[in-house]
Amino acid sequence: MLLLLRYDSKTVKQPVISRATLKTGALINILRATVGARRGEIVIEVEDEKARDVENVLKEMGVEVIELIGAVVKDESKCIHCGACISICPTEVFRFDNEMRVIAEAERCVHCGACIRVCPTNALSLPV
Amino acid sequence: MKTIEEINERIREGNVCVVTAEEMKEIVESLGVEKAAKEVDVVTTGTFGAMCSSGVFMNFGHSDPPIKMQRVWLNDVEAYTGIAAVDAYLGVTQISESREDYGGAHVIEELVSGREVELRAVGYGTDCYPRKEIVTEISLEDLNQAVMVNPRNAYQRYRAATNSSDRVLRTYMGTLLPNFGNVTFAGCGEISPLNNDPEFRTIGIGTRIFLCGAKGYIIGEGTQHSPPFGTLMVKGNLREMKPEYMRAAVFPGYGVTMFVGIGIPIPILDEEMAKFTAVRDKEIVTEIIDFGVPRRSRPIVRRVTYEELKSGRVEINGEDVRVSPLSSFYMARKIMKDLKKLIEKGEFYLTKPVERLPKRGELKPMRQREIKVVRSVMTSAITVSEETTIEEAARIMIERSVNHLPVVTPDGVLVGIVTSWDIAKAVALGKRGSVREVMTKNVIVTHPDEPVEIAAKKMEEHDISALPVVDAKRRVIGLVTSEDLSRLVAR
Repeated sequence: MLLLLRYDSKTVKQPVISRATLKTGALINILRATVGARRGEIVIEVEDEKARDVENVLKEMGVEVIELIGAVVKDESKCIHCGACISICPTEVFRFDNEMRVIAEAERCVHCGACIRVCPTNALSLPV
Repeated sequence: MKTIEEINERIREGNVCVVTAEEMKEIVESLGVEKAAKEVDVVTTGTFGAMCSSGVFMNFGHSDPPIKMQRVWLNDVEAYTGIAAVDAYLGVTQISESREDYGGAHVIEELVSGREVELRAVGYGTDCYPRKEIVTEISLEDLNQAVMVNPRNAYQRYRAATNSSDRVLRTYMGTLLPNFGNVTFAGCGEISPLNNDPEFRTIGIGTRIFLCGAKGYIIGEGTQHSPPFGTLMVKGNLREMKPEYMRAAVFPGYGVTMFVGIGIPIPILDEEMAKFTAVRDKEIVTEIIDFGVPRRSRPIVRRVTYEELKSGRVEINGEDVRVSPLSSFYMARKIMKDLKKLIEKGEFYLTKPVERLPKRGELKPMRQREIKVVRSVMTSAITVSEETTIEEAARIMIERSVNHLPVVTPDGVLVGIVTSWDIAKAVALGKRGSVREVMTKNVIVTHPDEPVEIAAKKMEEHDISALPVVDAKRRVIGLVTSEDLSRLVAR
């Protein structure tokens, strides 16, 4: 499960992810982190069984937790099937089908956002 | 042996045999060249890629009172009007003066989609053209002419790109990940028009083509035409074009361009043409070049075939590297199929070229007055050792009136740099000791033969004001500062 964590100026200074691991025993994979002086945003991947525990621990520490359900979205009216996104995606979400159309296997998406700026026709977006 | 007249006769009669370039490969493989040449009359080829060298000539008609446009903008994108009063050429890569990620290609797309755009023009006023400015709305149907004229399209093949540097590069070849993180390539290989007629026997001046849904024509070899990197100059009526066969695009960090759809029918006049149109991706060779080197001559990383590129992975230095095309095979295929249908329905006839395209071409570099390199602007560097105290460094800076001290080993090898800011900060924090503690260790450097533009870009990107100049062994041989470079500009 993918979780988007939002920190404010208080929680940003605390080692919340390490604490969550110690308390729940869950292995947490950080996929994307933008941490500034006053606030931060981190996307983590947690095994499904322990996701609720991790969520609760983080919330207790004052972190806002949003479950990411939607993955990368491809606007079919904009996509011209060039494939510029294919080699950029770290988890190989994009590939050609038999008709040489670019298809997105969104369940593999880890919300890194690398593909969004690469698309020449602005066909990709990440909903939160 | 067949003639184009005979093929056109078959189109008229409705019994022409048209196949796509993809189908032709299979036919030749199973029937052989001789039989394939007899059975097949026309092979359709296609490509759909970003073609920056494209644009549209427009005539706006005269206003009342009339204006001789000195400058003209369409939706704030400037078009070239250094021709007659109300003629202009809008290039696809011209960027908007007010809107991000918008340019000439977008304006053309809006016009073809039937939308209005704002025209704004200024003139200097003459007895015959007294008006000095105008702002109005125009649509495609308001124009007298709108002719797409593209100086360089349909590249036969193109050099693929990769990046050896340690940072992400945003290029016209798309986004290139650091440390050979990916490869990008353009062109459609075995289905692309010029690869199916490499001797330019049937593709020449006057050849009727499919251009963005319209019937267009080849008007000559394209600029930079140098077979096997052949190119075409083409024209077509924008009014007949369909938005689905063109697309405005933005390559982040590079700018605006346009995906242009081109289809070319190739008459199978004889066995040689059948053999040409049977060409396979594995026979089409190009090179992967390294965009990590920001020079005109970029190093060749390796030779590669379109078959390897299209497989999605190529090997570089023993590693499997993922590949992205930048042309759309889906759209190229669609164009081949659509052109095939047009010919079968008797809506598209073939033409014999009135002139052949040159089989050779030379791609010359620009004649430059000089290429200014760092060596010619660098000054001698005043270096210090790591043991130099902060006070001593401060004293040297004041005495020699410099702001940067490269820190070197006894052999002169660069290990760090201290700036007057580092020293001021150390003093403010009450730090004592040697420069080792306050110096920057990860130093951005330049080389004596690096062009000054590259050195300037490094300073700008890293927000620094000087670069130590080092030799191949990283020994400091000089220093170049932003003041040295601005003096160059001011001169």
